[in-house]
Amino acid sequence: MPTGILHDYRPHSGRYDEMFVRRGEARPHWRLFAERLGGFPSEELVQRAEFVRGAIEADGVSYNVYADPQGMRRPWELDMLPLIISADEWQTLSAAIAQRARLLNAMLADLYGPQALLAEGLLPPALVFGQHAFRWPARGIQPLGGVWLFSYACDIARAPDGRWWAIADRCQGPSGAGYALQNRIIVSRAFPVAFRDMHIHPLASYFRAMQESLARLAASANESPLTVLLTPGPYNETYFEHAFLARYLGFPLVEGQDLTVRDHTVFLKTLRGLRRVHAILRRLDDDFCDPLELRADSALGIPGMLGALRAGRVVLANAIGSGVLESGALFGFLPAICERLLGEKLAMPSVASWWCGEPPALKYVLGHLDELVIKPAFPSMHMDAVFGHQLKGEERRRMIERILAQPHAYVAQEWVRLAQAPVWRHQRLLPRSVGIRVFSCAAADGGYIVMPGALGRVAANAGMEVISMQRGGLSKDTWIQAQAPVTRATLLKRRLGVDDLARNGVDIPSRVGENLFWLGRYADRVEHGARLLRAALSRVASSDADGPNLAGLLEAARRLGFLTDDDKESDKDSEPAATGADNTLEHDLITALADPGRAGSVAANLRALAFSAGQVRERLSLDNWHALNSLGQLLDTPIGSTDQALFAIDRVMQACISMAGFAHDDMTRDEGWRFLILGRRIERLEGLAGLILTPVEAAPDTREQMLEWLLEATNSIVTYRARYRRAPELLPALHLIVFDRSNPHAVSFQVDILREYLALTARELGHPYPSLMIDPLARRLEDFDLTRFEAEDESLELALGTLRTLLREAIDCAQNLSDEVHRRYFTHTSRPMLLRRVA
Amino acid sequence: MDAVRYLIRHDTRYRYDQPVGESRQIVRLTPRALPRQRCLSHALEIRPQPRRSENFIDGFGNHACSLHFEHEHDELFVRAESLIELSPPPPRELAASPAWEEASEQLAYRAGRTFDSELLEACGFLFESRHVRVKREFADYAYADFLPGAPLLLGAERLMRRIHDEFTYDTTATDISTPVTEVFDKRRGVCQDFAHLMLSCLRSLGLAARYVSGYILTHPPQGKTRLIGADATHAWISVFCPGMGWVDFDPTNAQIPSLEHVTLGWGRDFSDVSPLRGVILGGGGHEPEIAVTMVPEAERAVLYPAEA
Repeated sequence: MPTGILHDYRPHSGRYDEMFVRRGEARPHWRLFAERLGGFPSEELVQRAEFVRGAIEADGVSYNVYADPQGMRRPWELDMLPLIISADEWQTLSAAIAQRARLLNAMLADLYGPQALLAEGLLPPALVFGQHAFRWPARGIQPLGGVWLFSYACDIARAPDGRWWAIADRCQGPSGAGYALQNRIIVSRAFPVAFRDMHIHPLASYFRAMQESLARLAASANESPLTVLLTPGPYNETYFEHAFLARYLGFPLVEGQDLTVRDHTVFLKTLRGLRRVHAILRRLDDDFCDPLELRADSALGIPGMLGALRAGRVVLANAIGSGVLESGALFGFLPAICERLLGEKLAMPSVASWWCGEPPALKYVLGHLDELVIKPAFPSMHMDAVFGHQLKGEERRRMIERILAQPHAYVAQEWVRLAQAPVWRHQRLLPRSVGIRVFSCAAADGGYIVMPGALGRVAANAGMEVISMQRGGLSKDTWIQAQAPVTRATLLKRRLGVDDLARNGVDIPSRVGENLFWLGRYADRVEHGARLLRAALSRVASSDADGPNLAGLLEAARRLGFLTDDDKESDKDSEPAATGADNTLEHDLITALADPGRAGSVAANLRALAFSAGQVRERLSLDNWHALNSLGQLLDTPIGSTDQALFAIDRVMQACISMAGFAHDDMTRDEGWRFLILGRRIERLEGLAGLILTPVEAAPDTREQMLEWLLEATNSIVTYRARYRRAPELLPALHLIVFDRSNPHAVSFQVDILREYLALTARELGHPYPSLMIDPLARRLEDFDLTRFEAEDESLELALGTLRTLLREAIDCAQNLSDEVHRRYFTHTSRPMLLRRVA
Repeated sequence: MDAVRYLIRHDTRYRYDQPVGESRQIVRLTPRALPRQRCLSHALEIRPQPRRSENFIDGFGNHACSLHFEHEHDELFVRAESLIELSPPPPRELAASPAWEEASEQLAYRAGRTFDSELLEACGFLFESRHVRVKREFADYAYADFLPGAPLLLGAERLMRRIHDEFTYDTTATDISTPVTEVFDKRRGVCQDFAHLMLSCLRSLGLAARYVSGYILTHPPQGKTRLIGADATHAWISVFCPGMGWVDFDPTNAQIPSLEHVTLGWGRDFSDVSPLRGVILGGGGHEPEIAVTMVPEAERAVLYPAEA
């Protein structure tokens, strides 16, 4: 029986069911979908559910959960079945949301301005001045266009009678619109035919309207406005969404440190220099926005931001202080305020609520506790909702005591039996409580645009009343039926267009460039260190430990910072006793590999690598990110023996190679990517030159014995053997690793690539090419007379002396270039000489 | 009593261990104009010269000035000099003030009740703020002075005296981050702590009370000359009494401020009106050196010996 799953679903009696009127009978606007669903064989449904799960994973959709022992990022939970809302119902609903947004904006204008609502007794002062979210420093700031509340979301739910109620207002920096979009992308692909045939409103037009409206608000006379999305950073619970939305909207994703205020104007520090910012879409809580005037301990903010707002030089969406309207205690006052400010009747009721600060309301609450849910009047109290009927005995007495002690801090709401909808679980349909979050943004004409879709929010378990993504809730795509067939908008396509990629490259924050640069440097340093330690450990293991061979290798490891002076000392002390030396040496080498607490160790460099990668996660593909993730864990298991160490090194090398592959084959080659390559090549130039110096500086009789490990550590031994089929000799070895421009592990090769990319970067970012640093080095490498190495004795030593100078120059060059890149592209110190005139 | 005039010099000096590349500061060193306080002259001297400075009025109506430095510097010096004239307060019969419960009731919200601008302003100072807590224990402490039906201002005066008697002035017991509950337990602190404590008590009774930042005249010991820079900034509180307006109380000195307290500004607590607050890039180890001198105009020579 194909319709089995629909018939097996039992809607809860006494609750409104979104899909079914009664068992087996779908509501009219669900019929088409129900028929399709019922028509699928169950294997196919399993496959589609699997598709949804896989898509979430593939797109890397996640939600960070604070204090989650399972690790910080948790995959987003999405049910494959959409929630469908009819065209008629949506019309009423969206008009009500738009009205509520207008109302709340008018309230903010009043509360941070004349405060007539308070004077006239329409709103209790406690619900304004008593809230931490009321920002005194924002009083009197008049935002551009009169828009305090640019984006607004409303959580709504349906009561058993089928009416929608507002249950929460999100005014600070509402999250979820990006997740809703992501849900849509996935679920519409899971049911493509139903989606097409049912004429579901696309979401893209909403986001385009949002872009346009922000641009209009921030309109500037002589330049096209730049909007950025301000995030608290990768540790925020909805960081995935920030990154996703930024990419989708074409706004640079920035952190507070990427912005600076000069002359009351906000600037973005980009790779091309300072760029004026006209509008900021804020996902950072307002209290953190300006350590000068708001929370002084905020490291996430932009000092001087309030000054820029006061001067009307930037649009902040939403305005500082908009969070004051998030208290559920305001609900009871909204109908009268709506009449007063808009001259309209409030279209959608809020869930019935009683603010205990009013004596009659308090009396009612204490008398009807069983039918009510107690919530904090101030969201900053971080108190969970308490269901009155669950309070017994002592607990109940204590709650009442708390309310009586500070009645104005509590609000009671009617316990609404939320509507339910089927979710796909355990291969069948099960009823769960649902609500939706509806999004809107200010339009240029003073009204609000409502997104024709919503984030469906589903309680995690049967019988659960609280819907929260923090507590493992599930989400749904919400389909709004259009009156007529819809045309597909194309914002998504634009996101992938060539033009967009090129344009977005312009505004890469310097921080991103800097992290990519260090990602490149650390990646190469890890690879280099691992290879060097492998050469050393394999010699220790094969009791080839004596002689200049190993001594030179250790010397090189020290010179490059992988082994530290401590090691040298213990090494020296134990030198006479051969076996003891081995053990100590083995221990030192393993420490140099695996001890993250030892500065310069491979493990420490891995940590630094993981940190840099974490800062630019949104720019790395998921596979690349996975490779980096696994790299971080490779050295976590304790290493007790040389064999284990060598095994671990093999795995590190494999991961390094796949990362290098990603860098070349997986990442968009924009300006940011170029800094990754610059970092890799500068690091390799410095590392290679330092490594080669050891044999070059060594005594003539020990030199040739070092060539074997030198070729090994520069990953050139295979090439050497293939070319010469004999034991390493000085001239061919030096040619291969210093002068051979076709060997990616040769000094000349690094110099060539650096010249190419520095020129490209300088040209595109409008800085002079640092020719004085790198060109002379290139010339001297090219001009070097290799026949000088055919000589013997003194003439050979002279030739090696010249090479030694050249290698030292290469090291200096690498270090100076690194500083130069930093100074030019990553730091933006002001230039007082240009700003000040000398009298 | 006649009006009196004071010269006030307030110096703040930051010496940074390492050069500061960029710095932003907000200073609140300009005394407010009040019915019985006139600011006859005022000047700010700032070194190094800020790249930009701007005066604005903050959310509480205080004068504020924002400064932006973009040049490397290892020292910041700010001198505020003001000439202030204070007029004596009108005679006030504390016992004639309304009962405190009545005041508290007037400030509470009741459906349909309107607030005039004075009452509405007072409502901003009824609730908890960063350094002020509303708690049962503070109300309990205050009830001894606020017996049922007691006149508000009489209760406030008694509370002020009791805090003065029961708490020890001790500059080592607390710092700016010490919570008011700890001050209450330790029974020790400085003017700022006593102000926060008294505010906590008054707000816990449902009364409106604000933190006042300013200066107080100190008297050199008999026969000693006045020392420059020996004074300090001071803090006290002001309570709102319907019908009578705001009345100041100084719990540190058990005084009702009249002719020896100069007001800079007010807020819910210290964090709203700190005289100097800023964000720097670089620097380190930067406890400021502060020197305040407040002298009657007649003793002008103390501050300007050259003129004498």
